Amino acid sequence: MSETPNTDVAAEVPRQEREASGINVASGLREEPAAVDTSTPKETIFSLNDVGVQYGGVPAVEDVTFDMFKNEITAYIGPSGCGKSTLIRCLNRMNDLIPGATVTGTIAYHGQDLYASNIDPVQVRKRIGMVFQKPNPFPKSIFENIAFGPRVLGMKGNMHEIVERALRRAALWDEVKDRLKHNAFGMSGGQQQRLCIARCLAIEPDVILMDEPASALDPISTGAIEELMLELKENFSIVIVTHNMQQAARVSDRTAFFNVTKVEEGKRVGALVEFNPTHKVFTNPDDKRTEDYVSGKFG
Amino acid sequence: MAGADLIAGFGSPPGGGGPDLTRKRTTRSVSEQVIKGLLAAAAVLSVVTTTGIVISLLNETIQFFGEVPIGDYLFGTDWNPLAGGDSQSFGVLPLVFSTFYMTGIGLLIAVPLGLAAAIYLAEYATPRVRKTIKPTLEVLAGIPTIVLGYFALTYITPVILRDLLGIEVQVFNGLAAGIVLGILVLPTIASVTEDALSAVPRALREGAFGMGATKRQVVTRVVFPAALSGIVAALVLGASRAVGETVIILVAGGASPNLSFDLTGPQQTMAAFIAQTARGDISTGSTEFLTIYAVGFTLFVITLVLNAIAIGFVRKFRQVYE
Amino acid sequence: MAAASTTPQRTAIDPAPAAIRLKERLFAGSLFLSTLVGLLFLAVLIIDVLQDGLSNLSWDFITSFPSRVIPENAGVRSALLGTLYLIVVVAVFIVPVGVATAVYLEEYADRDRWWNRIIELNIQNLAAVPSVVYGILGLAWIVRGPLSLGRILIAGALTLGLLVLPVVIVVAREAIRAVPPSIREGSLALGATKWQTIWKQVLPGALPGIATGVILALSRAIGETAPLILVGAVAFARFDPTLTSQFNALPIAILEFVTDQERIFHDLAASAIIVLLIILLLMNSVAIYLRNRYEQKW
Repeated sequence: MSETPNTDVAAEVPRQEREASGINVASGLREEPAAVDTSTPKETIFSLNDVGVQYGGVPAVEDVTFDMFKNEITAYIGPSGCGKSTLIRCLNRMNDLIPGATVTGTIAYHGQDLYASNIDPVQVRKRIGMVFQKPNPFPKSIFENIAFGPRVLGMKGNMHEIVERALRRAALWDEVKDRLKHNAFGMSGGQQQRLCIARCLAIEPDVILMDEPASALDPISTGAIEELMLELKENFSIVIVTHNMQQAARVSDRTAFFNVTKVEEGKRVGALVEFNPTHKVFTNPDDKRTEDYVSGKFG
Repeated sequence: MAGADLIAGFGSPPGGGGPDLTRKRTTRSVSEQVIKGLLAAAAVLSVVTTTGIVISLLNETIQFFGEVPIGDYLFGTDWNPLAGGDSQSFGVLPLVFSTFYMTGIGLLIAVPLGLAAAIYLAEYATPRVRKTIKPTLEVLAGIPTIVLGYFALTYITPVILRDLLGIEVQVFNGLAAGIVLGILVLPTIASVTEDALSAVPRALREGAFGMGATKRQVVTRVVFPAALSGIVAALVLGASRAVGETVIILVAGGASPNLSFDLTGPQQTMAAFIAQTARGDISTGSTEFLTIYAVGFTLFVITLVLNAIAIGFVRKFRQVYE
Repeated sequence: MAAASTTPQRTAIDPAPAAIRLKERLFAGSLFLSTLVGLLFLAVLIIDVLQDGLSNLSWDFITSFPSRVIPENAGVRSALLGTLYLIVVVAVFIVPVGVATAVYLEEYADRDRWWNRIIELNIQNLAAVPSVVYGILGLAWIVRGPLSLGRILIAGALTLGLLVLPVVIVVAREAIRAVPPSIREGSLALGATKWQTIWKQVLPGALPGIATGVILALSRAIGETAPLILVGAVAFARFDPTLTSQFNALPIAILEFVTDQERIFHDLAASAIIVLLIILLLMNSVAIYLRNRYEQKW
């Protein structure tokens, strides 16, 4: 009879044995995350170097250095308060909306410093789109929701075609093609979120940022969104924040694990702990803290 | 935003690779700035208005005091600017007295009735009853003051005061004017008080009920005192409204300022005087006409002070409950 | 122990003694009656006005000019037209200025800056200034002084507009504030500029609230008498007004009728009051209709 507490059982069994038997360190996982091909060099879309974010001088996240790549899904995981949402909102300058928010370090997008003084946030957001945690359709018709972006951006072309293309890409066209004039508020939560994704797709961005896109949805809608992400990966680059580890394991190519590293003046400060291909993060992470988190020891 | 430290290698986009994200001076960006400027200008109008009021009043008031000694004005008890020769007198006290006297009469009506209505609506009325009574109070609040003045002159005086109550009042009397003034401010007092009562947290009431207090006791000993500063604010706001009211007094109160407590005779407040003088045929440059500005300025200062007091009480109330 | 229970155990919950119940009833009753008094005033007022004025109300009344001499021929034509024109001109003034101020304060102004706080303080104070003082301002700065427009309808409209502007600003601000931040974020995240977001998302969302507030402000404006007295409305105008002519208005007509010595003019005042109340009733009904039909529930 072992006297060690249950939580240490996993540590006692040698790692190779665990892998061989298909039991993953991440408890509850059914399948192994697919290994991502790290041999061929990928085009970098984001390159972060010693990035930190402060609100009114108080740091929220610091020490972030890693790259994100084209046509991949990069997931940010970690316990609450570790700064993942804060960080993703830097990528499209949405943190500008919060008074007192400052960003240190360098965030480079295709080689350009996103926070250089001559950069226009409006231009940034045309290329880096965002889907929010709680679906936020406009109080207008489905058609008007999708058409809004292309219209204000002055995109040329037949608006009906643009709307249809966006809705098809978001796997929503068949469901709504007969009710384009209906108010978007009448849709279910899952449909609304796909509408928000379609709205984002309509402006033909380069990158799509998703801040916990499925956390407000039921499991079936969540599954639909995850399938959608995997389809979209072919044409877009996706960054997703999720508190659901299994989701990260299911969809992402690479995973960044953030953790709360200290508590300053009562506020939690987060930092990047590990960034690796998802397969590695969930089966053979470099850092012990990562291992503890994905095995459910905390968070 | 803090500028990023540019690390060597990141700068202008590599040729043919990166997108152009730089700020440009497009028509859109320029119009954004222009729009912001226009919006700010509109907001500044409010400041211009206040400045305008103060300057227009002050200017002419100073002129007035060039011709009438300020001591005579502030402390004189005889207001007779239109009389000829020696009878002409510019003591403003009768007007000020009348203003506060009428306000007092009005509050005598409005405060008990208004508070009672507010307590009833906030604490006792069922939602259905509330839904019928509240809009009615709002309708009352929306009645133009000239209509109330008409009502005071042609109904309250002859029918209520003379016939019903048998009081010997003149055609123009302070009692009718004061009563209707009360009707004017009653909705204000009722609605602000009701807001104050509703803002008192339920927990306070429940605590008292839990000790076995009756509804009356909870309302009078717990809720009412808790809402007190909000209620005082309501009273001061009502008073401020009454002080500035013109037409009711003009129509029902007559044209003779009276430094007396006699309600059966005419009374004239500052505001009513201003309106009446403007209706008359007085040459605009004359001292008599300047009285409009002097009295107007006095009235303005008084309402400003009352308003500041009311805001002070509202703040105190908010501090406790928000 | 000698303290063995001398009082029987109370398990039953007795009803309150009659005296207490009576007090409760009396209290609640007196509150209810007091509430009714206010409503009673309203009812009596309306009945009285109708009684006095209904008989004189006719098409002739609405279409003839007021007469100082012959009450039988007197009408409110100039006053009615004046009031209707005032509604339009005041609206044209207060909607852009009021909404622009509200947009600036809610979307652009940094609350910590002292000049923005002065603006807010000013608006608060202006709401408490008596209407007759606005009339003095109108007289000194709009009719004469810097603008020197003379005693014309536009001058009256501007004066009334300034009077009710704080109402529009407050209501518009509330309506703008009610639009959730998530809508703004969604719009900005698509690459829209700040003004595009305000013009195409925020203001359309706030529109029902703003419209209701504007109608309320207009109702208040056309019921005012004192500012028009100061600005020089002409009581017995025997002509149709234009924007740049002298003008009459219903409150002024009512005032003239009621301050005349003849009893019959008093009844004409009541008739004019009915016309004014009907206009106000229509406006408020439109406001209520708009609110119910288009209210945005976020």
